[in-house]
Amino acid sequence: MIFLKLFLTFFKIGLFTFGGGYAMLPLIQEEVLANAWLSQEQLINFIAVSESTPGPFAINISTYIGNVMGTEFGILGGIFGAFCATLGVVLPSFIIILIIARLFEKFKENKIVDGAMSGLKPAVVGLIGSAFISMAKTVFFHSGFSITLNVILLFVLFLAMLVLAIKKVHPIIIICLSAVIGIIIGYVLE
Amino acid sequence: MKQKFLLCLKLFITFFKIGAFTFGGGYAMIPLIQRETVETNKWISDEDILEVIAIAESTPGPIAINSATFVGFKVCGFWGSFFATLGVVLPSFIIILAISFVLAEFQDIKAVKYAFNGIRAGVLALLVKAIITMFKKVKKNIAAYIVMILSFILAAFTDINVIFVIIGCALFGIATSLLAKKEGKE
Repeated sequence: MIFLKLFLTFFKIGLFTFGGGYAMLPLIQEEVLANAWLSQEQLINFIAVSESTPGPFAINISTYIGNVMGTEFGILGGIFGAFCATLGVVLPSFIIILIIARLFEKFKENKIVDGAMSGLKPAVVGLIGSAFISMAKTVFFHSGFSITLNVILLFVLFLAMLVLAIKKVHPIIIICLSAVIGIIIGYVLE
Repeated sequence: MKQKFLLCLKLFITFFKIGAFTFGGGYAMIPLIQRETVETNKWISDEDILEVIAIAESTPGPIAINSATFVGFKVCGFWGSFFATLGVVLPSFIIILAISFVLAEFQDIKAVKYAFNGIRAGVLALLVKAIITMFKKVKKNIAAYIVMILSFILAAFTDINVIFVIIGCALFGIATSLLAKKEGKE
């Protein structure tokens, strides 16, 4: 039953992700690839879509995958799939925060929570690092490990965008620039 | 009763606005949440918002959802949480739903394919930026470097489920901080 599977998978993702932004990426990548819901390339494409639309990445990706997987049951199936996946990713946060809001004072100075966070923060860095490596393989070497002109140009593009990103240029500008340069590279190499 | 309903409605509209106007989500949302809940509506104090952010960061789930649920609860109990969270989720949900119906066909156009070839390289750059930002937030000590390297190796080169890596790192963090505290006492 795809709808239950969507709900449970995204519930798990919501429950085990700490911190904002891309902290969710390693877990999403693992689940999405294991279930063959999206290809690695589609996942990276969608990160760009998510950066260019409002709202948190977690909500965007769960809505998208839910819709894609539910669409085999028609448009309503797509909407229901999106609903199940999004509800799944939201519910753990919602329940946990409701509990904590009641017991706030106890939680605030909890040594166990502080300790867990001191392990989780560096773990997220390592995990996203690993997600990056596997995605970089797809981006640069999706047609085998040969160094072609295309690979070199893409790598130069990556470095240029990295400089812009570090200089705090807005992600949407980076995506638009990359799109334009991608089109130019594509037609020139054709 | 009527007053409570109006407050919930206000929470819903405010968080809908926050969800609709922040690109990138999570941390990008925090300044807007602060302005809307502290300055504009005076629902919570400046100190409260810092606590909300600290809690949102140290509990599972997206920061946007955590802070909406928390602020909603502080303002108006359970239904406050419900409407604030619904509000922050709904804009993304609607927009992505609309996009995903056309995205697949759109991706088959040749120029779009070329564009996405470039975009994927740009996304990698954004990921590196995210890693650098998160690295800066880590309190640097030997234990933290061990966790960073170990979690990277386990995720990149073994088939171990990411969830076990996450649980393991949390337990390791608890163990090392308890040990450090014990040593501090003696």
